[in-house]
Amino acid sequence: MPEFDNAFQAALNLILGLDSTLVGILALSLQVSLAAVAVGALIGLPLGAALALWRFPGRGAVVVMLNALMGLPPVVAGLAVYLLLSRAGPLGQFGLLFTPGAMVVAQVLLILPIIAALTRQQVEELHAEYREQLQSLGLSRLRRIPTLLWDARFGLMTVILAGFGRASAEVGAVMIVGGNIEGVTRVMTTAIVLETSKGNLPLALGLGLVLLALVTLINGAAYLVGETARRRLG
Amino acid sequence: MPRAGTILATLALMGLSLPATAQSIGHITLASTTSTENSGLFGAIIPAFTEATGIEVRVVAVGTGQAFEIARRGDADSLLVHDTEGEARFVAEGHGSERADVMYNDFVIVGPVGDPAGIAEADDVNEVFARIGAAEAPFTSRGDDSGTHRAEQRLWEAAGVVTASPWYRELGSGMGATLNTAAAMDAYVFTDRATWVAFRNRQDLTLLFEGDEALFNQYGSVRISPDRHPHLKHDLAAQWHEWLLSEAGQRAIADFRVNGGQLFFPNSQPNVDDAP
Repeated sequence: MPEFDNAFQAALNLILGLDSTLVGILALSLQVSLAAVAVGALIGLPLGAALALWRFPGRGAVVVMLNALMGLPPVVAGLAVYLLLSRAGPLGQFGLLFTPGAMVVAQVLLILPIIAALTRQQVEELHAEYREQLQSLGLSRLRRIPTLLWDARFGLMTVILAGFGRASAEVGAVMIVGGNIEGVTRVMTTAIVLETSKGNLPLALGLGLVLLALVTLINGAAYLVGETARRRLG
Repeated sequence: MPRAGTILATLALMGLSLPATAQSIGHITLASTTSTENSGLFGAIIPAFTEATGIEVRVVAVGTGQAFEIARRGDADSLLVHDTEGEARFVAEGHGSERADVMYNDFVIVGPVGDPAGIAEADDVNEVFARIGAAEAPFTSRGDDSGTHRAEQRLWEAAGVVTASPWYRELGSGMGATLNTAAAMDAYVFTDRATWVAFRNRQDLTLLFEGDEALFNQYGSVRISPDRHPHLKHDLAAQWHEWLLSEAGQRAIADFRVNGGQLFFPNSQPNVDDAP
């Protein structure tokens, strides 16, 4: 497979050359995906925990809906956000379309169901274990949310990484709402699509390897932080 | 927990402080086609325009059908596509205020070196399409309502061929993706010359037919109607439109070369007033 050799060569050249365009694209990829993960976690963690603690009519439907939305095709999320942010759409006056901000919004839509649904499942299991203890302490359900989230933090780290994986890997949404504009909204995945369409397959695959290396680094860092904290806190 | 919250909030703020490109008096968003972007034309001519005017041009490169739709919804300040009929309709419907010829390149027909339908010996493009249809040789089509796809469909019709699967394969993809697929399938494919010349993954594909006048591919610049979309940057977009048609813009287009060959031929019409 000469293609793969060429791709490794291309990836190596890209990393060693530290091409400023590539660094810009990588930085934007990271910024967009990390911002989307942060927003997704800020909303998704409490939302998932609340869903685990409260019982209300239609709760089952909400849980099923969240689980189903984990499989939302990125291109559909992109299209929905495009129609919302388009000048002809309801949020058009903000002029967000074809900006990194729009890409964050679209990725939040993709990540939020994953974080909320997986958090609900983890917190629900934990709550079943600690329910009586928490009740004896007289904690209201609202007060239990931070306690349970903190207790589930190691598992939730994986949940957040799953969200980050989805964000950094998807191309369908950012392509539509970002427009793949050079120097403005071009990220790793849209650059890979572009190089593929130019028939520049080794470079496209090389970019893919660079992205994979970066995501591996981030996951490795998260793993180390998690392990250190676990050992220190028991 | 508070520490985790701080980290998340910091990350969220990072999203808000995403890079804003400085050092320009403003930018316009240009909806255009993949052929112009993929060939590298914009990379070659936009810096000259930005230097002359201080206006940054952000290109959203999509199929012509999608480019029209983006412009129709008021999401682009200007439009540069290659579907003269569609552009005329866009103006007639009131979405565009003005349309002008900018440049042309041409379409070519590419296929496997073996040329099973024998199109290399055809006298004209009608015969090319008739031979492919008669041989029912594999043909990959964009199938995405792009300017190239629309031109291809007109040629099948002119040749009196009714396309049908399994030999006629509608991919619903961009030009580059369609060429990648054709290379993998050893199929014929109708492509603009610019994308073909810049294309790297040719495998057994080769250029088999070119030069018929019917393969002429006209690009036009369309200004968006200020009445329909008052919020757009019409002043900046007007400067872009005028620059493309000006001597400087036309020269920049002519000077753009890939592997020593010229890909786009400027042909803006001088204003009637300026005519000798």
